[in-house]
Amino acid sequence: MLFAIYSLLSAALFAVLDAGDVALTEAAVGAGISTILMLALLALVPRQEADAPRPNWPALAVVALTGSVLIYATLDFPEFGNPDNPVQTHVGPYYVEETYNDMGIPNMVAAVLASYRSIDTMGEGFVILTAGLAVYALLGGRRRRPKAKTTKRENGAP
Amino acid sequence: MRSNGILRIVARFLIPLIMLFALYIQFHGEYSPGGGFQAGVVFAAAWILFALIYGLDAALDVIPERAMYVLMLLGVLIYAGVGVAGVILGGHFLDYRPLLDDPQYAQQLGIVTVELGIGITVSTVTMLIFTMFVQRKSESLESEPLESEEQD
Repeated sequence: MLFAIYSLLSAALFAVLDAGDVALTEAAVGAGISTILMLALLALVPRQEADAPRPNWPALAVVALTGSVLIYATLDFPEFGNPDNPVQTHVGPYYVEETYNDMGIPNMVAAVLASYRSIDTMGEGFVILTAGLAVYALLGGRRRRPKAKTTKRENGAP
Repeated sequence: MRSNGILRIVARFLIPLIMLFALYIQFHGEYSPGGGFQAGVVFAAAWILFALIYGLDAALDVIPERAMYVLMLLGVLIYAGVGVAGVILGGHFLDYRPLLDDPQYAQQLGIVTVELGIGITVSTVTMLIFTMFVQRKSESLESEPLESEEQD
């Protein structure tokens, strides 16, 4: 539930920052589908949690060290919103200026996603497909058991 | 099954709207925020809402599981097929410009087609994962006593 609220708040933040595409994704995936899948998963697993024996000090030390290194690394970040930042001077201006001439469509996010960086997006599609196949491989095997008692056990899908 | 009258009426009103909104952000994605990923997830959310209220069996009558397998593969095939079509017509892989004479229209055609492929894959994979979880749960509820004697 906290995850859903967190996702909804980040979606609102993205909407405030004028990133409509990301806000839509965060609201649909983060607040909607993830919550449903998390609840479905919680229904599958046992309710009891094993008692933690005692605090794990080495693990806490590793986490604290990693966190402080990450925070230290953010000190080197360029200033937020500075027009001279690398992100504003590399390929970004080309997309902003030339998308409409190249594609004739106003949504730069769609243009970058589906045309300039099309192969990345295809990879993401295959990642999603792989996720579906993995869940099928883990959970889909013995589905027809109760019904198929009279007939021979058949395979689920091609 | 309980009747849940209010839920059913509200869902009957909402589900078409959600699906319509999904189609809108699918096919209007070049002009306004949206695209295949978002549209696929929203469409799957409408189907999951239907499954939550009317039961998974009714939902699987609408979109059977076998159709999900076919469609989730078809989605990435559409995507890759657009890329291969570009190669066949004399360009690079996933280069949309050879598809039509006007380069802008060709880009738009390519973008709309690959977004459609992404949308199909994302929505069916989401539905499939939900179906798998729910089936596993109902199966473990039903066949718990059988489990010990039926080990093979």
